[in-house]
Amino acid sequence: MRETTAHEDLIRGIWKENPVLVQLLGLCPALAVTNTVPNAIAMGLATFFVLTGSSLLVSLLKNWIPSEVRISAYILIIATFVTIADLVLAAVVPLIHKELGAFIALIVVNCMILGRQEAFASKRPVGRALLDAVGTGTGFMIAMLMMGTFREVLGSGSVMGYSLFGENFEPWIVMILPPGGFLTLGFILLAFGWWKERHSEAIRVRQWPHGVASGEEVA
Amino acid sequence: MKDLPTVQAGDGDGSPASAPIQVAPGKLMATLGIAGALAGLVIVLVFEWADPQIQAHRAAALRAAVNDVLSDPASYRSVYVTESGLSDAPPAGADTVNAEKVFLGFDAGGAPVGYAITGAEPGYQDFIHLIFGYDPATRRLFGMKVLESKETPGLGDKIYKDMDFVTGFEGVETPIVGMKQGAATGAANEVDMITGATISSRTVIEIINHRVEALGSDLGEHAATAPRAPASPDPALVDEAVEGGVEGP
Repeated sequence: MRETTAHEDLIRGIWKENPVLVQLLGLCPALAVTNTVPNAIAMGLATFFVLTGSSLLVSLLKNWIPSEVRISAYILIIATFVTIADLVLAAVVPLIHKELGAFIALIVVNCMILGRQEAFASKRPVGRALLDAVGTGTGFMIAMLMMGTFREVLGSGSVMGYSLFGENFEPWIVMILPPGGFLTLGFILLAFGWWKERHSEAIRVRQWPHGVASGEEVA
Repeated sequence: MKDLPTVQAGDGDGSPASAPIQVAPGKLMATLGIAGALAGLVIVLVFEWADPQIQAHRAAALRAAVNDVLSDPASYRSVYVTESGLSDAPPAGADTVNAEKVFLGFDAGGAPVGYAITGAEPGYQDFIHLIFGYDPATRRLFGMKVLESKETPGLGDKIYKDMDFVTGFEGVETPIVGMKQGAATGAANEVDMITGATISSRTVIEIINHRVEALGSDLGEHAATAPRAPASPDPALVDEAVEGGVEGP
């Protein structure tokens, strides 16, 4: 495995390997609780907290956890952070906690979090594990915000509860219902894929300005 | 049991083990046992910090709801629902916080104005928890407020977002009859249901009807003998009344 730099560890999860938009991980909360921007932010922050806390502990304790029970130990660590997030949200922002409902508890089974522990935090020093968690958590939050904004604007005609279009706007209720989550994710993935293709095409043209389309010339 | 040296069973990326497992079972159990105990300790500490605030939020939500459905009474207090009827004192040995109760409101002169009653039944998605103000003398409602609902956004959630539906319960006579849009005849016990949220709005009506049916005669008897409240509101009574949180019966 190629050794990565600290900078790469931090930014990888934000865009290039965004957990939702590229790796398609953590889709359950991304589909379920992005019907408004405040819900998306709260879920993004809770997941960020659980991911960074778990990565820190897993990386710190990696030499003490026998590999035979590592998955159980990671789940235990993640579940502890999720319970803390659940209690803190209920105590501090009870209305948002009520809106997110069971999906806070379901952060335990978010494969993005367990995936980062198994693939990265359990093999790297604490600093790198934290950078990776911060990057991945930020990438998740960006994806949640994109979906939350898109769905709230079309589904309620507002952002953060502030009306954008006045009373004459007829909200697209489907966008705040479950099908709206799938439609939004589909559109965002489509746009993301299109942008990536254009981007790589632009790079290819810059590197090979005289055309390499046939393939033989490259070979 | 002799502890054996730890050997990595795999390379950590899910590939099968190349060496037989040689870690002593005692060490595995100790690792998970210690981790579980530490996790439990942390959770208990956070819970100890969060629980009073969570209970305070619930109490505030219920206090606001009782004020809403009884049109801001000067004071109110708990009345306990027992097998033999309503009782001002909690049943012997009962848990006062979790015992089933209703809330009796008083006006500024200390006279009873009506009861705030909670109820819960399954709606379209999940249980709908609500509270309503009820006057047993006239058999009419003061108002209704949904406390907890997971009904479909944009459709079923109109049971608390559609103000025409919510205000439709003010002054309505029991037992309530739900009418389809445009079918109302003007009778005192009719409420317009919500188009597209028939199950949710019917559930709201049924919760109220079932609770009034279950408690109706007890409420009448209790109202006839209810002691008057002190003329000035007693905050201690109010606080005591809301300790039970927002959960329905």
